[in-house]
Amino acid sequence: MVNVTPSVQDALKGIRVDEDATTATDEIAITVPTAAASSTPQDEPSGDDLVFDVSELSVFYGDFRAVRDVNMKIRRNEITAMIGPSGCGKSTVLRSFNRMNDLIPTARVAGNLLYRGVDLYDERVDPVEVRRRIGMVFQKPNPFPKSIYDNVAYGPRVAGRKKGLDEVVESSLRKAALWDEVKDRLQDSAIGLSGGQQQRLSIARAIAVDPEVLLMDEPCSALDPIATARIEELMAEIKAEYTILIVTHNMQQAARVSDRTAFFSVELDEANDRRTGLLVEYTDTAKLFSNPDDERTENYITGRFG
Amino acid sequence: MAMATIGNNGAARRVEDEIFKQGRDLRGAGFRMVLLAALAVSTLILIVLLVQVLTDGWPVIDERFGDFWSGTLRSRSSDDALGISQGIAGSFWIAVFVAVLAFPIGISAAVYLEEYAPRNWLTSVIDIAIRNLAGVPSVVYGLLGLFLFVKTRDGNSSLMAGGITLAILVLPIVVITAAEAIRAVPSSLKEGAFGVGATKWDVIRSQVLPFAAPGILTGTLLSLSRAVGEAAPLILVGAITGRLAPRDGSFFGADQFFDRFTAMPIVIVGWVQQSGRDEGFAAAAGAAIVVLLAFVILMNSGAVLLRNYFEKKRG
Repeated sequence: MVNVTPSVQDALKGIRVDEDATTATDEIAITVPTAAASSTPQDEPSGDDLVFDVSELSVFYGDFRAVRDVNMKIRRNEITAMIGPSGCGKSTVLRSFNRMNDLIPTARVAGNLLYRGVDLYDERVDPVEVRRRIGMVFQKPNPFPKSIYDNVAYGPRVAGRKKGLDEVVESSLRKAALWDEVKDRLQDSAIGLSGGQQQRLSIARAIAVDPEVLLMDEPCSALDPIATARIEELMAEIKAEYTILIVTHNMQQAARVSDRTAFFSVELDEANDRRTGLLVEYTDTAKLFSNPDDERTENYITGRFG
Repeated sequence: MAMATIGNNGAARRVEDEIFKQGRDLRGAGFRMVLLAALAVSTLILIVLLVQVLTDGWPVIDERFGDFWSGTLRSRSSDDALGISQGIAGSFWIAVFVAVLAFPIGISAAVYLEEYAPRNWLTSVIDIAIRNLAGVPSVVYGLLGLFLFVKTRDGNSSLMAGGITLAILVLPIVVITAAEAIRAVPSSLKEGAFGVGATKWDVIRSQVLPFAAPGILTGTLLSLSRAVGEAAPLILVGAITGRLAPRDGSFFGADQFFDRFTAMPIVIVGWVQQSGRDEGFAAAAGAAIVVLLAFVILMNSGAVLLRNYFEKKRG
């Protein structure tokens, strides 16, 4: 159960107030969010509610256009799932949300990707600051070969923080539901943790710099079902404080955890005979899985392809 | 059932006939023997070398090692003051020059090449050039040293010229091994660090270098052994092979940088050459080789121990 502190209430300010949303406290109490608790897709988010505004986004690797036609409005304190067959570019899109694609020399982004109204690809933007605000959890758990404590404290340390690290480490590990398992061996190497624990450590490490957004790139694909359930539970718990984008191969996972789902597909690009990913449909999760507008979505979710 | 049979065309075959060993991997076994023979040859050569050197040098090590250690280059092998102190001092300072010059420059160049340099034709050319430099015969470096550091001083050879020349000689090796160690750092580690808002400098300092440290260390220490064992370039820059007057200064004194000098491999070369006219030099050369080998083995073992320590620390 999440303890709703005043700061959480603060964070919740400005959350949607449409008819079927209950009070913020009740909203958090729902451990597995259901689509019914979300706002209806017709709402246009604005102001504080709108975290990312993506329009006509394409990502290129060299001359090759890997993804096109991405139009999404990402809402605050929601979990947005990105699903689709292999090669549809969902991870590529996710990694453009915190400029992680910068690390690939040939990668290039076209179109608009606004974070809180600022174009993330404006040349004045500092990618380091972007990544402090928009954290990332990777597909394979990637703990640093350091102690559990140093893993979590890494982000705050590189941000120049020297005091109060103990508190940050503890609260981050608590939020990541790992504290009880590791509190007696914080100085042990993180490499010795199990896969599921390592992934929760990665989440704690990302949370420790107090980001606004968490990007999760198939965070459960290397985990067993029990560890997966643990991570999903965790996402539902921390959702009140973070806006979460998750790429997943697992449609059931998207249906279980997310408020909104973006379905990506791949199509042959006539121009150069290569396969390009594209966003097909982005809507309320319940609607996407029960009554999608697009036939391609329907085919995918009913298992007719992909 | 005692006689299990298989087969569907009526011909009953016993399972034992099929699943018992039938020498399927004969070629593999042959290959293994060839590999073993190769290993045996290299080991045998090493053993023969060690035995030969030890037998030659044993009288000197056994009878007068203390004097031999503190003695100097002499023109007669029967001279009681004959010894290797000048060679040890020269080799020590050469090692210091290599460590001070080649290590920082080489490692820095490797970090730049791997982490900062854009991937284009120019960096490819530089990469290939460095690899080729590592294969250039060491005499060529000796010529370079002769022109750059000896001719410019009116032909006066100096310890410094030898040290810098050998530092240049091992520089490409340091760059290559360090670059390879840096390239082996998993990208997931770097991404993890970038993902929480680390700058490039943070990532290199706190992830890349610690992870690459064991590999870098091994490479640098191996190149140090190489430098300490080189003779050809030192002969070209004018190391003394014959008689070298004892210095007034202290054994390791830095005041000898601009003096005429010798080094362990040069001492050995000189004595082997002179053993033709004065047989006693053969024993002295053997003893000197034993000392040099002991140092090289010590350094290489140090490299292995340090690597293991850092690998353990890295988890």
